[in-house]
Amino acid sequence: MSDITTQVDDTIDTIEELTRGAFDLNWNRVLRFGNLLGLALVFIALSGMPVGLDEREIVDGVISLGYLALLTFPPILGWTVGKEIVLEGMSATKRGARDVVAGAFVGALGGLWMSILVLLVDNFNLRDPLVNWSPALLTLMTFSRSTGFGLVSWIILPGVLGAAGASLHLLTPRLRRAVMAMVLTVISVSIFQSLIDDLVGGIGESIADPGRLSEFFGEGDTPRPRVDSVFDGLIDFIYAQRGGLTVAGAIALALVAGALSLAGRGRIAKAKASYNAKTGPERTRQTAIMIAVSTVLLIVLPFFTGRITQDLLANVGIFLLLALGLNIVVGLAGILDLGYVAFFAVGSYSIAILTVTDPPKSWPDWLPTLDGQFGWLLALLITVVIAGVVGLFIGAPVIRMRGDYLAIVTLGFGEIIRILLLSDWLGGYFNAAQGITNIPGADFGPLGEAKGINPRSIFYLVLVFAAISIYVSWRLEHSRLGRAWMAVREDESVAEAMGINTVNVKLMAFVVGAVLASFAGAVVSAKVGSVFPTSFLILVSIIILVVVIVGGMGNILGVLAGSFVLIGVLGGPRQPGLLAEFSEYKLLIYGALLVWMMLQRPEGLIPNVRRSRELHQDEFLQDAWLKGEVDPDDDHEGPATEVAPA
Amino acid sequence: MSERILDIQNLSVTFGGLHALKDLNFHVDEGEIVGVIGPNGAGKTTFFNMISGMVTPTSGDILFEGQSLIGLDPNEVTRRGIARTFQNVRLFANMTIAENVMVSQHCRSKAGIWSTLFNTAAFRKEEREIREHAEKVLGFFGTRLIGYRLEQPASVLSYANRRRLEIARAMATKPRLLLLDEPVAGMNPMESAELTDLIGKLRSEWGFTIVMIEHDMNVVRDVSDRVVCLDHGETLAQGSFEEVSSNPEVIEAYLGRPLEKKA
Repeated sequence: MSDITTQVDDTIDTIEELTRGAFDLNWNRVLRFGNLLGLALVFIALSGMPVGLDEREIVDGVISLGYLALLTFPPILGWTVGKEIVLEGMSATKRGARDVVAGAFVGALGGLWMSILVLLVDNFNLRDPLVNWSPALLTLMTFSRSTGFGLVSWIILPGVLGAAGASLHLLTPRLRRAVMAMVLTVISVSIFQSLIDDLVGGIGESIADPGRLSEFFGEGDTPRPRVDSVFDGLIDFIYAQRGGLTVAGAIALALVAGALSLAGRGRIAKAKASYNAKTGPERTRQTAIMIAVSTVLLIVLPFFTGRITQDLLANVGIFLLLALGLNIVVGLAGILDLGYVAFFAVGSYSIAILTVTDPPKSWPDWLPTLDGQFGWLLALLITVVIAGVVGLFIGAPVIRMRGDYLAIVTLGFGEIIRILLLSDWLGGYFNAAQGITNIPGADFGPLGEAKGINPRSIFYLVLVFAAISIYVSWRLEHSRLGRAWMAVREDESVAEAMGINTVNVKLMAFVVGAVLASFAGAVVSAKVGSVFPTSFLILVSIIILVVVIVGGMGNILGVLAGSFVLIGVLGGPRQPGLLAEFSEYKLLIYGALLVWMMLQRPEGLIPNVRRSRELHQDEFLQDAWLKGEVDPDDDHEGPATEVAPA
Repeated sequence: MSERILDIQNLSVTFGGLHALKDLNFHVDEGEIVGVIGPNGAGKTTFFNMISGMVTPTSGDILFEGQSLIGLDPNEVTRRGIARTFQNVRLFANMTIAENVMVSQHCRSKAGIWSTLFNTAAFRKEEREIREHAEKVLGFFGTRLIGYRLEQPASVLSYANRRRLEIARAMATKPRLLLLDEPVAGMNPMESAELTDLIGKLRSEWGFTIVMIEHDMNVVRDVSDRVVCLDHGETLAQGSFEEVSSNPEVIEAYLGRPLEKKA
């Protein structure tokens, strides 16, 4: 009997312990985050995104992409409101019910804004300034039920979600990671449905009918009859008929992801650490193995994927080429070039003019007619030379400026090239707005021809150029020239005083950047078969720059990641990405992503070591000091702790 | 008398109406260590900026090994064999210590884009030499800048070590004349005594001729063969440390004129 009493007492104690001070909140902070959430929700609702994306299911019958666009925010802000910076040597505040309550309040306050919006949309018509103020929005916001239901649920649902987000603070890091893995896996498997379907289906079909692989080098014009993929059962289990995951599939995926996350705890981090710790030949060997494996994977990939995936990857590759070039100019040499699209245009148009069979209408008499008598490779060579020369010509006046002035001038040059192509003066040579059409594909003689009709060939064309560009970037970064670029980026006058001819070095960056952009131009001409001045809007420059910034300036891997995430998932200026539904809101998302990155992770997804040092200098110094790598004064000649001298 | 390595003739520079330097005549002999002193705003750093090509003089001439430096870009001056450090330490803070010293060998190496891309034997040899020279130069300062330090960013260094790295970076350009702008500023007496010693070695072991701006009179006395005092852009006095330091005009420039007794 007394046992039970003690147990009850203990339980009451624990509950009291947990709930003590539950309402002792930092109300200012709660109000700030709650209102922030409200603003975000109302803005997104009125942007039309939820209604537009409601068609796409994430989990069939449970949640659509439209609702996801709204409902991701309460848990995130619920989590953020409880986040605090833990300083070294300070004890962190104990997590408890207080965090959950704060999260719930933030969610509910944000939801209140939506409830008010529900009332307003129901009673007033503001469709004139706000185009998305529609009955469809009301239906969505009331969950297709009565207004009253919408009002109440918009307070309760975000409140619960906010509390759920905040309660992540109560979990151990390990569990938290597992939960995150579950949520992210479900969402991304659903979002990447077309890619996964395509890839898994392709592999399954190849296993079921190995004969498909043998016709690999064929034109691919006559697709083999569809066979049942061995994975059809799996796909049918995971994905619902009308898109999105099935409920059972989502639960299974979540369980698998959670289990994997718990089982693989820290393995990846450990592997990474062991790789980083290695030096010399062993590291080179491991790197070589990794590169070889990924190369082989990429080479066999088109065996298993459909045209859409190949096309998507080709688009990613084209922007990767551009981003690698811009990365040299902006990331390494620190020249903020906002008109990079100019070189892309020059590359595209040069190769188009050199290979097209019927010359532009008003091709001048004094120029030899180019009836496409050049082979594609020769044309490419000439294109590269032209791009390099244009790089020199644009670079020469621009390079003498610094900082903001330089950025503005490059912006101008980017537009000038496009306007020249449309102008009375040069437009005739380039068919002005009609553009150049019927550009033949890239002809490699016996190896075949890469052209748009066969996406697989374009994929390989892109792959080859990407490999070349990555190699060039990598070699140059770790060379005399790369060091000089970095010195110029760090402090131009000192670089000059240390014997670096800054004008030459910067011009070199411009020229290398221009050449890499011309590769992209050549690939695009072969892929699309036509070029128009409108393909070279300033937006392209900006998007390439965003790819570089989001990925991680000055880092090849970062640029790779940036291209895949932005171009592959969201899509390029005209190219659809995996989230084709988002294309209407692409720029909005780009902007939001950029702002968020600048605030939270200015060094990019995969940062360059140096750049993250620069941006987190204080923290870095603090860390270095704690590790004893900074000498507090010069009496100590070595590190305070044991650091093995190299 | 040994050869004149640097000969400055009637050098003047005006910024707007301000005469930063007025009719300066100055020379440095091969193998000399010359100390330049003077109160703040005397034109010492302008004088260095002018030699290193960062400021163009209004009139006059600068002869280095008999050839005029007027109109040359700073990088060409460095290529001729004049290297400098900066008063307010200006390292490439986000580059590693090794890279800081490697990059300043730019004008002494020539690997172009093609040899870099194809990783030719010549490229590898040159990279190796650059690296070796960098380590040799850094080794001049003991163990402070080598070993595990090589791959650390310059920004983790202590103030004194940053100054040392600045000198190392200038040394790596393989100069004949080294311009040191306040090399011991901000160092404690022990550190500055050690650096004074090293400046002597820069001449005896590395064969540099040195011009040094310095406010620390102990350092100037210990290491300079000759001292020049500038004030308001003009040479106030030249000669041995004792001569200059006892010159009444120099004392006046530093300390001001004693108040006249009221009649």
